[in-house]
Amino acid sequence: MLQCHARGCNTNNFPLELSEVEIQVLETDYNPQFLRNMIPKLDWNALVVTAKKVGITAVPDVLPETMNEDIDENFLRNLHRILLETHVQQGKMTCPNCKHVYSIRDGIPNMLLNDEA
Amino acid sequence: MSRPEHQAPPEIYYNDDEAKKYTSNTRIQSVQAEMTYRALELLSLPENESSFLLDIGCGSGLSGEILDEEGYIWVGMDISPAMLQVALEREVEGDLFLQDVGQGMAFRPGTFDGAISISVLQWLCNADHTSHNPKTRLTRFFSTLYSSLRRGARAVFQFYPENDDQCELIMNTAMRCGFEGGLVVDYPNSKKAKKYFLCLFAGQSAPGVKQQ
Ligand SMILES: [Zn+2]
Repeated sequence: MLQCHARGCNTNNFPLELSEVEIQVLETDYNPQFLRNMIPKLDWNALVVTAKKVGITAVPDVLPETMNEDIDENFLRNLHRILLETHVQQGKMTCPNCKHVYSIRDGIPNMLLNDEA
Repeated sequence: MSRPEHQAPPEIYYNDDEAKKYTSNTRIQSVQAEMTYRALELLSLPENESSFLLDIGCGSGLSGEILDEEGYIWVGMDISPAMLQVALEREVEGDLFLQDVGQGMAFRPGTFDGAISISVLQWLCNADHTSHNPKTRLTRFFSTLYSSLRRGARAVFQFYPENDDQCELIMNTAMRCGFEGGLVVDYPNSKKAKKYFLCLFAGQSAPGVKQQ
């Protein structure tokens, strides 16, 4: 869901590329309604690329067609695992354009920029 | 008592001690809770939908806890590492970001269904560093916020304006960034209870209409 926000960095600034990650999975309530609400907001390619970076391959490369009433429960469960239960505890996110590196510590990404930027 | 935003920049003012003090103060807790509920009311989100919210200046997660209770999924950001540390210790559900909102936000367009912010906006009007220009920072903030909201989403800010000029600067900047909306003043005649809520609408779609 993140893109680079360094000033003047407006193109090709997404998705931020994860590296040196340490993952923690925390179980949380499954909420199919929230997931349905999120699907149209996701950039599917970016999600797949990012998921693979953290070792998750349970999502299809292409968003399934049947996005109406009967979405596959299994699909939603996997999405739930990725969006809500997988937390990057430590790591780095690098902007593909300007190469700015945002570090993640204790699960909190540091999005501060130098003020001159 | 002088205003905290005049004493030091927020990331300095809310150090470890201040963050703990702030969070464990029951009066602050109840005022925060009350303002959070009021902000949610003003957001008027569709019922029975699990909205995705942004908490701007989430601090130690006092309002986040209410968002958790109310069943919202949320993301919080704050400039004070000490406050975020307390939020971690309190095990709030939301994802946390260390961020200076005056530098703009990095969320994909249309990510959030709404945003709330409790007692933060006035901090943005300060020039804590020589390179800070309140107007530039407000513009950066409102324009990136606008794009991170889905069309028709609302953002509600409780804040303590210092004077009319500051209010006007904030309002004008928000409008220039595309927002519509206005100020709601609760208890206007009570010096103590008076509360300002800036309510902004992103895009002009009618409430209740589903957007893609
Ligand atoms: Zn960049």
